[in-house]
Formats: sequence, C-alpha cells, structure tokens
Amino acid sequence: MKVCMFHLMPYRDLAPDFDQRYKSAYLDPVWFDVADPDKVGQYYNWTLDEMVHAARAGMHGLCTNQHHQNVYGFMANPSLMGSVLAKLTNGQNVAIVQIGSTLPATSPPTRIAEEYALIDCISGGRLVAGFPTGLPTDATISNGVVPVEQRERYREALQLVLKAWQAREVFAWNGKHYQLPMVNLWPRPIQQPHPPIWIPGSGSATTVEFVVDRDDCFCQLSYFGAKNAETLGDYYWETVARRGRDANPYRLGFLQLIGVSETDAAAEEYAPHVEYFFHKLLYTPQYYQAIPGYQDHTSLVRALKAPLRERFDLRALKYKDFVERGFLIAGSARTVRDQLIDGIKRLRIGHLLALLHFGSMPHQLCLENIDRFCRDVLPSLQDLWDDEWEDRWWPQRLQPKQPVASAAGS
Amino acid sequence: MVEERRIRLWQDKVETQIDMNGDGPPLVFLHGPWGLRSDRDFLDRLAATHRIYAPRHPGTTPGDPDAIHQLDEWWDLVVYYGELLDRLGLGAPALVGHSFGGMVACEIAAAMPERVKRLVLIDPLGLWRDELPVNNWMILPDDQRRQALFADPAGGAAERFFELPAEPGARAEAQAGFIWSQACTGKFVWPLPDKGLKKRMHRIAAPSLIVWGDADAVIAPDYAKDFAERIADARVALIARAGHLPHLEQPEEAARLVREFLGR
Repeated sequence: MKVCMFHLMPYRDLAPDFDQRYKSAYLDPVWFDVADPDKVGQYYNWTLDEMVHAARAGMHGLCTNQHHQNVYGFMANPSLMGSVLAKLTNGQNVAIVQIGSTLPATSPPTRIAEEYALIDCISGGRLVAGFPTGLPTDATISNGVVPVEQRERYREALQLVLKAWQAREVFAWNGKHYQLPMVNLWPRPIQQPHPPIWIPGSGSATTVEFVVDRDDCFCQLSYFGAKNAETLGDYYWETVARRGRDANPYRLGFLQLIGVSETDAAAEEYAPHVEYFFHKLLYTPQYYQAIPGYQDHTSLVRALKAPLRERFDLRALKYKDFVERGFLIAGSARTVRDQLIDGIKRLRIGHLLALLHFGSMPHQLCLENIDRFCRDVLPSLQDLWDDEWEDRWWPQRLQPKQPVASAAGS
Repeated sequence: MVEERRIRLWQDKVETQIDMNGDGPPLVFLHGPWGLRSDRDFLDRLAATHRIYAPRHPGTTPGDPDAIHQLDEWWDLVVYYGELLDRLGLGAPALVGHSFGGMVACEIAAAMPERVKRLVLIDPLGLWRDELPVNNWMILPDDQRRQALFADPAGGAAERFFELPAEPGARAEAQAGFIWSQACTGKFVWPLPDKGLKKRMHRIAAPSLIVWGDADAVIAPDYAKDFAERIADARVALIARAGHLPHLEQPEEAARLVREFLGR
C-alpha cells in the first residue's frame, strides 16, 4: 500500500477563547483580530519543512489541499505549495499529491490544468492529480460559485482539463460554463494521457458513484477515523461491485489522524493538539457547510433519510474519547500499527493519507511523529495488498518500490 | 377547490405544477425561496375575487428536481415566464410576487411591460445597498432563521411555516422540499440578489403596489422606497407586526391591501 503525508496548514496559535469568541472556524474570524502574518509565514515554512521531512523519512506521497478564509487550513492555492515540494523532492521516490485544486472555483479551469502540468514537469512525472469538488464554504461563499451549479461546473471543468492535457490539435471549448476560443495548453503533463486522478469526497453518494464510474481513486477525507467510516466504506465497495469494478483496494484512499509516541501513555502529548483540532479548527456550522444546492436532490433526500456520514458533537469529546472512538489513532508504534492494519483491512484502504500534523501541534513534535511513524509503523504497512493488487492510481515512474529510507531520525 | 395542473415548458424539458383556484380576473402569484407550501391561506383569500395561478419555480415541482439544470441565467428565467404566460393564455394578468418571486415579477414587468396589468411586490429582492446588505437567507443559522423571517418568531405563522410531519419519510421529503426550493431559486440570485434590475426597472409600466413587513430582517423596509422611486406609478404599504413574510404573518391585512389595489 501507499502512505502519504497529509497536511492542512492550520493556524497553530489560536487564543484559548477562540471558540467562545467565534461561532465558526470559517468565514467569521477576521484576519486582523486573529492572525499574525509573521507567524503565518513561519507556519507555511514549517509545513513545507514537515512535508519534505516526511518524504525523506520514507512517505510515499505528499498531499496538499485548497481552503479559503478560515483558520483550519489555508493553503489558498495548493499548486504554490505543490510546486515548492516538487522542486525540493526532486530525485526522491515520492509522489506530489495535489488533492487538490477546486475546479469549479477557478475560472477558467485550464489554469489548474496548466498548474498541474507544470508541477508534473518540475517533478519529473510524480504528480497525482486530485480534483475535489470543493467545500461549500470555499466554493460557494469564498468563491461565489452558485451552489446548485457546483457539481455541474466541476464535471465540465474536469472534462475540459482532461481534453486540454491530451488534445493533439488546438480546439475550441463551447461549454455551458466555460467558453474558450483556442485551447492549446502549455505545458502538458509528462504523464500521458493524464496523471493518476484521485477524487476526494466526504459523504455524498453522487460523488462515490461518479468516481466509481470514472474508474478513478476515491479518497474519503473524513476526520472521524476508519472506525467511524464503515457506512460510507460499505456503500463505496457495494457501489464498486454493483458497477462491475474490481475490488482493488488502491481505488480507495482514506485520511486518518495519527500520533505515534514511545508508549501508549506518552501519546497524551497529542491531547491538546487533537482537542484543538476538533474543538477549534473543525468547527464549521451546518449553515456554512450544508448550503442549499450543495448536494443534488438525490443525495439530499438520501442524507436526510439515511446519512452516509455520522454527525458528532465534537466539542463534547476529549482526548480519551477521540482515541477510544478511533478519531485519532494514537499510542505506541505497536498500538498504532495494529489499529491501522485493522482499519486498512476492514475498509480495504490502498492509499492511506496520514494526518501527522493536526491542530496546534508544534513543529518539533510533528517531526518526531513523522520519524516514529516512518521508522516503526510504515514498514509494517507498505507491503499490504501488493501481493494481490497493482496500484493503477500511482505515477508510473514511481512504481518500483524502494525500501523505506533510513533517513528517519536523521 | 384547488386545481393542480402540470405542464411542460422549455422544449418540454421543464415540468411545472400550477395551482389554480378562484374566479375573476387572472392573478399570477410567484412564490419566494421556500416554496409554495405555506402560501395557500393567502392565495385562498385572493381567490375570493381572482382566478389564481400559482406556478412553482423551475426545479421545485415535485418529481422533476433536475429541471433546474435546464435554465441557467436570469435571462432564461424571464423568457421562461413569458412562455408560461403564453401557455396559460394570460395576456396581461395581475402579477403578485413575494421575495424572490417579487424580483422575478419586477423583471417580467420590465422586460414585457404589456404583459402585466398590475404589479404587487411583497418584500421583493432585487436591489442592493452596500450600507444595508440583504441578509443571506440561504446561510442563516437555525436559531436566527426564525428571527430573520418573522416579526414574531414564536407566533402561529412561524410555527406553521417550520412545522414538519412526524412520520420520518414524509418529514425528510418536506425538509428536502424546503432546502431544494432555496437551492433552485438561489441558482438565479447567488451570491447576491442584484442582477441588474436597477438598470431595467424604469421600463415597468404597470401600476405597482409595494408591500413590506415593517420588521423584515432579510431585506430591510428601507428598500421599499428604492423600489417606489424607480417605478413610475408605485405606492408603498408597510404592514406592522410582520417580517419578511407579511402575507403569512398578517394574511388578512396583506390580502386586503392587495385586493383593494387590484380594484375588487
């Protein structure tokens, strides 16, 4: 299997009363009241350093993402981060997983086709092209996309990007949402016909079906852990079977918060950071997330009758609850390994997206977490599935697996 | 008795249900962002003197939710309503619109002045002042929605408006209808309900009545003046103890104003 380092690039030093002062991590906190630009510069640099460290320590991929106008994660343009990572990891056996730029929020979306192609060129063909539809808060509020059009724009944009990457002739695009007189993209990706495509989702039946039909990799970006993902996991694999696709675990990616310590007891070092993550950062009310139209009618009715994603009162939960209930897998390497393998096998996860930095975690602890994970956990995971399945959603040039580098701790 | 008529428009790609009742001169009512569900009592009052035609906006007719994807822009919607009037055989009916429906009515009256005999706008959207921004009704917290929509958030009108069936399946359907209506109407006005009406509304020829709940917390009653100033023959009537839905909170008063204005 493949394990990738995921990073949200959050604000790490929110005031203790942040969640009393604001009703949302998104949209409401005003920059000048909350943020220190020098600190933020430090965060961006730490984030890049942590990602590069993870690559050296043996992680198979580095994941960037796009969010806006919030304290929870603000890589406003993931291509900026991804291009830095591509350059800094040249020569290493690591994928640059852009997961990614939100197509419907960028006009015209050929801009994203160009940026991704550019990253693929800089990295020597190591790009994984992720195409999220975008959170409603980001796409419809921060970027003004009409909610009920978000999905439709997304699908048209994806078609346009794929054609722009591959077309041998200059073409005109006469779409419903985009019209371009002459498309002749420069640069094109090294990986032809296109880099592997990963599409994240969090609980929409429509997205699951779309991804399975396209035969792309579906990445479930839940923060609630493998333990709480069985409803969607079952639905995903049922859909895969129903639509006649194989049960290749590499068609599923899953995000998991992970904290590795010397012992189970020592993992309490993650307590303030995971509570900060769930109480302060993952703190966006329904009225900003469930904007009318963000789900199509079918998904809406389904979500009202039988939701695929459970809801939790996160602010009532403490570190112990997050660990016991599997939101965070934390403990000694052995504990983490056992729980991860259990979840990976149960959900058939081929690409694990490890959130090794979360919340207010300081730079140093993040580096230690990466080192312990790569040294003591990753070796037990990376051979899973490989005897049975081929990863068809991974850059070709990275296919031959290298032994885990001994850079961990160096 | 309400007659429910379904017709297909827009090259047969959009099905709409039109609720019709009453006798008298024709009156077309265009509903607001939350659907037609709560407007029945008000319409019955108008039906005493008028033949009421209450169509559902594209995409909000039960059974055809994806019809919303057949219309893309504001211009499409105006032409669509021209087609609807043609199909109903209505030359120049009275046009009454609430909130989003008021904005649409205004636009129809500006684009096709000869097709509107009299115009009634109830707390219409459509104009924008930076110092008095319209409260975005699609992202209201549950605990603020009642206050934003109703002068008396605990009153009977608010209770009836938010009431849901107890049976889980019917409840989910009702919730979905409430949300989907906002999604479909929101398509034409997101992210701000200012689509250039101010450039066109000087074309409105119909005598117009602008009705406003004096406690409207979605779009402030100050906007009534802005509408009145831009329409040649317009008068304003404020309704006390009413918010954004004065025809639900004070149905008798609202219906009386409308009927008096329409001359029956």
